[in-house]
Amino acid sequence: MIRFVVQRVLQGLVVLWIVTTTTFVLIRLAPGGPGILADPKLSPTERRAIEERLGLDQPLPVQYLAWHRNLLRGDLGRSYLYQTPAASTVLQRVPNTLLLAGLALVLSLLLAIPLGVYAGRRTGSSADRGLEIASFVVLSLPPFWFGIVLIILFAALWHILPAGGATTPGLEGSLADRIRHLVLPVTVLALPGTAELLRYVRSSVWGATGAPHVVTARAKGLRERHLVRRHILRNALLPVVTVVGLQAPMLVGGAAITETIFSWPGMGRLGVEAALGRDYPVVMAITLTVAVAVIGVNLLLDVVYHWADPRIRLE
Amino acid sequence: MRPPLRVLVPSLLLLFLLLFAWMGPVVQGVDPDTLNLAQTVAPASATHPLGTDESGRDVLARLEVGGRVSLAVGMVATAVALGLGTMVGGLAGWRGGWTDRVLMRLTDAAMAVPVLFVSLAFLTLFGSRLPLLIGVIGATSWMGIARLVRAEVAAMREAEFVLAARALGRDGGGIFLRHLLPHLMPTLTVAASVGVAWAIMTESALSFLGLGVQPPSASWGNMLTGAQTYLYSAPRLAVWPGVMILLTTLACNGLGEALRSRRQ
Repeated sequence: MIRFVVQRVLQGLVVLWIVTTTTFVLIRLAPGGPGILADPKLSPTERRAIEERLGLDQPLPVQYLAWHRNLLRGDLGRSYLYQTPAASTVLQRVPNTLLLAGLALVLSLLLAIPLGVYAGRRTGSSADRGLEIASFVVLSLPPFWFGIVLIILFAALWHILPAGGATTPGLEGSLADRIRHLVLPVTVLALPGTAELLRYVRSSVWGATGAPHVVTARAKGLRERHLVRRHILRNALLPVVTVVGLQAPMLVGGAAITETIFSWPGMGRLGVEAALGRDYPVVMAITLTVAVAVIGVNLLLDVVYHWADPRIRLE
Repeated sequence: MRPPLRVLVPSLLLLFLLLFAWMGPVVQGVDPDTLNLAQTVAPASATHPLGTDESGRDVLARLEVGGRVSLAVGMVATAVALGLGTMVGGLAGWRGGWTDRVLMRLTDAAMAVPVLFVSLAFLTLFGSRLPLLIGVIGATSWMGIARLVRAEVAAMREAEFVLAARALGRDGGGIFLRHLLPHLMPTLTVAASVGVAWAIMTESALSFLGLGVQPPSASWGNMLTGAQTYLYSAPRLAVWPGVMILLTTLACNGLGEALRSRRQ
């Protein structure tokens, strides 16, 4: 077990190194340089001074090593746009994104598992068909457009929910206000994942229902509720763990779009702004944070899976 | 044999969308780029069946030419993703061992990347030109295909027909192209139709954020950017391009699903 965890952690670190190196090289190879150098009013001397201050005059391998050296000290450089340390600028936004992504994930699980179990136990019924069509349509829905439609309906036409932001000025402490601002973005972020998860749960429950041990248990006259809980769900929900892992990067990526549409002050919107403003340190810091999060989640799920499934444990 | 309804309906919808994009402008005969500042955000009328946008351009005409860009970008980007995915997955599955391990770690890494930021950063840095946009979308969506192809190739590697081909002296590349690729076609067809839907969604998201197809060229995504200012006064501007994207993704995903279920 320990050997397995160590091995996976090392693999995760290799993946992380590939991600950061690729991002680093791609960004530096680009013509034009960072956004603050794009100002045509800068004289060549000023330009050189800025480049020198940011260390951009150094050869690429030197910059690359310097970035890693600083990384080990927890220093990711200063944001070009905000003049603040990149690491703390990004970390400040993390709670908002976690709140959004976390609520979306919880909502997905709360919706997808019961509905999926329901549909999987009644495959071919009209409820099952209806859910299948609904999840198909949801998966085809472009999330950013869906967000816009919700804004049109709930904010522009019916005036029941705010169109964006995290709080109403003057109402910062109000929980009800916070919740009102969360409803639309969480819905937009949660729906695609819910539809995908529902499909997995459905087919996995359907598969488990036909398994010989379930048929035997039913033949023995086991009560239906007991049967579902002890014999079907246990097997059926295991693969769901993997799907949740696969959704981690999607939730973060989706958060970037959702946060932009709803002007949500999270890491995603910061990432979009940093990318548009060519703020190298912030782009690198976000890539690193997201990659660590995604790899970390997958690692954790791998370990959980390993521990929960005796068949894998034996290997 | 008549194709079943599940294949027929999405295929016809796709055909309609392609005709709409390529034949529409010919039939309608309205220039999508003509500005008319005296008539901005006008409601539907006889001359402008869907009204005009924020610069007084005909919305229907822009939906048509925008469709050309969106559909073309979607299809070419999917072709890129299919090529990359088949190459990486095929090599990993065929070679096994170290090649496999390295390529699959690379695939894992690609999956851990926050695709949208990196695409955004890349397109801002290198400038958003159509070939780059297509390349970026293709380069960020091959991973699923690579995993599928790897699994299938690895399963077929020891099959008897491969052994036979080997015994006849065919080299690895030849076996892959002649003997394995045909077996991969069903998987690739499904991946392609679902991939087009994904690519079009990505294109429109990037264009919506201002980094995909650049104005004055229309695309369904960048039409939404302009419409965002008018969500309160003229929501129809935001509705139409989205409906077009939705119809396309429904058709592509529907076709993919139908083909997948026919295989089983």
